[in-house]
Amino acid sequence: MSGPALLTIEDVVVELPTPRGNLRAVDHVDLSLGAGRTLGIVGESGCGKTMLSRAILQLLPKKAKLSGRVIFDGQDLVRLNAEALRRLRARGIAVVFQDPMTSLNPVLTIGTQLVETLQEHLELDAAAARRRSAELLAAVGIPAPEQRLSQYPHQLSGGMRQRVAIAIALSCEPKLLIADEPTTALDVTIQAQILDLLAREQRRRHMAMILITHDLGVVAGRADEVAVMYAGRVVERAPTPALFKNMHMPYTAALLAAIPKIEAAPHTPLAAIPGRPPDQTRPLKGCSFAPRCRNVGDQCLRSKPALTTAETEGHCYACFHPLKISAGVSA
Amino acid sequence: MLGFVARRLLYLLPVLLAVSLLTFLIASLLPGDLAYVILGDQATPDKVAALRHDMGLDQPIWWRYLGWLGHVLVGDFGRSFRTGQTVLQAVTERLPVSFELMLLAELGALIIGIPLAIACAVRAGSAFDRFVTGTAFSMLSVPAFLSAILLIYFFAVELRWLPATGYVPFSEDPLGNLRCFVLPALTLALGEWPVLMRVLRSDMIATLQEDYIAMARAKGLKPSRILLVHALKPSSLTLVTVTGINIGRLMGGTVIVESIFALPGIGRLLLGSIYTRDLIILQGVVLCVAAGYVLLNFIVDMLYAVLDPRIRHGHA
Repeated sequence: MSGPALLTIEDVVVELPTPRGNLRAVDHVDLSLGAGRTLGIVGESGCGKTMLSRAILQLLPKKAKLSGRVIFDGQDLVRLNAEALRRLRARGIAVVFQDPMTSLNPVLTIGTQLVETLQEHLELDAAAARRRSAELLAAVGIPAPEQRLSQYPHQLSGGMRQRVAIAIALSCEPKLLIADEPTTALDVTIQAQILDLLAREQRRRHMAMILITHDLGVVAGRADEVAVMYAGRVVERAPTPALFKNMHMPYTAALLAAIPKIEAAPHTPLAAIPGRPPDQTRPLKGCSFAPRCRNVGDQCLRSKPALTTAETEGHCYACFHPLKISAGVSA
Repeated sequence: MLGFVARRLLYLLPVLLAVSLLTFLIASLLPGDLAYVILGDQATPDKVAALRHDMGLDQPIWWRYLGWLGHVLVGDFGRSFRTGQTVLQAVTERLPVSFELMLLAELGALIIGIPLAIACAVRAGSAFDRFVTGTAFSMLSVPAFLSAILLIYFFAVELRWLPATGYVPFSEDPLGNLRCFVLPALTLALGEWPVLMRVLRSDMIATLQEDYIAMARAKGLKPSRILLVHALKPSSLTLVTVTGINIGRLMGGTVIVESIFALPGIGRLLLGSIYTRDLIILQGVVLCVAAGYVLLNFIVDMLYAVLDPRIRHGHA
């Protein structure tokens, strides 16, 4: 990691009370991210990606219990008071949510939703805020931005709405943008456009970004570093090139194998990962991935593998029988 | 928007027609012959037959309905055979009183209900929420006549702050007019706010779970703006509906309160016309109340469109 970290997450645990007991959605996660850099967080549904992002944003459900430290720009957000946290939002950390159909308020115009953010954090009068809103819409590739300001979200397509959400997120020049599956709810044809837009704006504004996705392909060319999550834990973390060259965790490999390949023959069955993620209200004694892993051994069922450093710098993995290194050892 | 209003107005026509038919049928199918009622102990078979003929009561019912409807359409609702007053006069004289009562009552209910609903939704499940929701439940089961008597006892008899009964026209003494409406309006409001509070509370709790509220928080907006703009507006559709229905219900349902507080409103006119079997007045008042109800629902529809742009643009 180059330069001092903008965001450091230390030992973050998020627990959600459920009727069946406490669900540990995020389980002792440590991560850090330098200014201007991109971290990809990858994992399947329910692995704790979104809860981790909500923990960083301090937007967890009221009943959730959070412990650990989230240090942003030298301040521990977990211990920050509500008013200081509110001032930090939009200018410090901004977010783009998964579904633009639900993340924009249906009864307020696009203009209102942009202007209110600008006026809350930057000292702009109404006319200046409106001008700036139109510029932002133009910057995210929305045609006829002036007219759009007085329209409502339902008058825009999904892709356009996500562009509006991105314009809102960028409005106060945040230092960190968290994009929580920003393209999952969109048409495939729009996905690349939105990701390119995010990458372009990130470069232009020298902003750090956390890109959350279930698609390893999305982070491949866009993230500096990738963290793979499974059952609330980070199971592999590495600079992106190192990860794709030499992945150690069988789960990461399985995720990659599950992506349909364009060069595959028609009707090739997808390499799905058998089984389902474990029930996080009943934590396993051993490795969480063991029940679904091809390389599972006795040790995997007895104890949890710790995140250990690999030979490459910055590459960590949590596995007793890592791929490539352990070729031939697996049972 | 103009097209939307015109379309909704067009929908009103068949409803109003049905309302007029039902009103007419109710009045016509009540047991007892109008001619006997008018003639009282003077009734002889000859006189009854003559009067029936004069009043057109010997005509077939559909013919009488069409005749009545024709008169109603040109603004002639008939005339009381007891007081000689026209229905229109009687209603327009009483309507402002009932209208003021309804509005003040509903306003009071909203003033009590909305802040409590917001406060409860924010702290859903807390001791405060349970206390307010419980209180609302018990208030809902207190009948109007009981709360009226209790209010009169405390505020008129013990504290002597407000008059117990009576009515002063607004034009004569605006302040006195308001003073005599406080207790009756409060009586009605006490029965109305729990409904409004519970409806808004549950909608608000659902809205607060929405992504766009998380987004509003992520934008660092002030909590007051999140609650009052981002959450209250999309949560208030059901509230508007219920408020509209309640006002409509109060139009005919103020009979008890108007009687207790001796307010000369529509409710007392209605009650009086039933006692004296003044069917013409009864018919006219019921028609006015029903038409008012329909119009009110039209206004509610319009408010929907103001609150939710998706309805305005025909998406929802």
